[in-house]
Amino acid sequence: MNRNRAVDFWVGLFVLAAIAALIFIALRAANASSLSSAAVYSVKGHFNNIGALKVRAPVRAAGVLLGRVTEISFDPQTFEAVVTFTINAKYPFPKDTSAQILTSGLLGEQYIGLTPGGDTADLKDGDTLEITQGAVILENLIGQFLYSKAAEGGMDKSGGSPGGGSSAPGPGAGPAGGAAGGAASAGGPAGGASPAAPASGGGGAAAIPSPPGMAAPAGSAKGEGKR
Amino acid sequence: MIDGVARLGAWVLRTIERLGFASRFFVAILRFSGASFSRFRLTIREIYFEGVMSLVIVGVSGLFVGMVLGLQGYDTLVRYGAADSVGVLVALSLVRELGPVVAALLFASRAGSAITAEIGLMKATEQLVAMEMMAVEPIARVVAPRFWAGVISMPLLSIIFSTVGIFGGYLIGVVMIGVDSGAFWSQMQASVDFRDDVLDGIVKSFVFGVAVIWIAVLEGYDSPPTAEGVSGATTRTVVTSALAILALDFVLTALMFRGT
Repeated sequence: MNRNRAVDFWVGLFVLAAIAALIFIALRAANASSLSSAAVYSVKGHFNNIGALKVRAPVRAAGVLLGRVTEISFDPQTFEAVVTFTINAKYPFPKDTSAQILTSGLLGEQYIGLTPGGDTADLKDGDTLEITQGAVILENLIGQFLYSKAAEGGMDKSGGSPGGGSSAPGPGAGPAGGAAGGAASAGGPAGGASPAAPASGGGGAAAIPSPPGMAAPAGSAKGEGKR
Repeated sequence: MIDGVARLGAWVLRTIERLGFASRFFVAILRFSGASFSRFRLTIREIYFEGVMSLVIVGVSGLFVGMVLGLQGYDTLVRYGAADSVGVLVALSLVRELGPVVAALLFASRAGSAITAEIGLMKATEQLVAMEMMAVEPIARVVAPRFWAGVISMPLLSIIFSTVGIFGGYLIGVVMIGVDSGAFWSQMQASVDFRDDVLDGIVKSFVFGVAVIWIAVLEGYDSPPTAEGVSGATTRTVVTSALAILALDFVLTALMFRGT
């Protein structure tokens, strides 16, 4: 019996250690909040582009986590993405609340940001948000920036220096401008005559390999962020 | 040629027969497990030998696995400027995969082999027969307590493994390399889900526990009552358990995998 007492003690300690480990993982390593199945209401939103939004992505308002994305589907009628997400029932939102797909940080995961409107009626379970803004696609943004930069540069040149009228960089020189904002305008004076802008391409050639190099990990890190 | 076909046929028949015996044995364990709960002291004794005695190897391995994950993870993540995520990497790989799998492999080699040898030797020295003569069912007295002790110990060991591993990752990531402690924990918290990650891991370790301990008691009970037979059975326990763990891990991971 005496020997058994020691065995019991160690087994008890073993079980206690395991319980302590579980509590540690639940509270410190994991978000146990998902355990508390608090009352929620679910809301839909149509987005023209959801980027890399995933199921279980957070829904935040003013930076506070209020719910999660539960379903993502595609509407074949409107060709839009339909995102269903839940909001904690403790937090009612006005009916004209708008939803945006945002990114936390440059490489962070994407989440839905809610901006409350001014309606007096509150959102109900199953409602659809009217005002939405899809994800910002970095590639499109860079393209737009380049385009506007190029147009601007072209205007400047045609107004200013007589020789450099046609210095608008072709698409080939595009990424260079994206890498260093000034590259397009810096390439302008150098590349004066030729419309295909080989000169600015020469200046930019060194820069071209680096932007894709930086963009590729960004994309893969994003994919990895949520497994 | 004919000989080969005959041997293949014999092998198939033997395998099917063995599978049948294993299933029958499993049912018998369940049928005779009343005593291991009504006299829980028996099971506690076995938990001591299987669980508590495996703590040291599980803890030390967990610490080192976590530290290696921390180093390797940092090395990879820092290239993408995501060194803060090293906590996520360590915690997710441990809780979902490495904790259950490595703890089960260690358990199979530390406790499973010992149980096979013990039961096999009991059989070889005719202790099991002696019990039967005394109207004591050896499955109820010897096998079932060991079985349930293993089933109970395995998830506990796997949780302890993961926790110690996360601590190891913390030691490397935060204390040694200098990742920000707040980012380490908060990113981990944001990405590790209790239900989808931690509970899945526990389910896995439970399944592994049943598989390993089942193989161990079966091999022991079924071993030829000779020195050679017991040694062969012990080897088979470790080999079969390891294969079963890895195969089951694939099946379970595929089941639990959610795309998107």
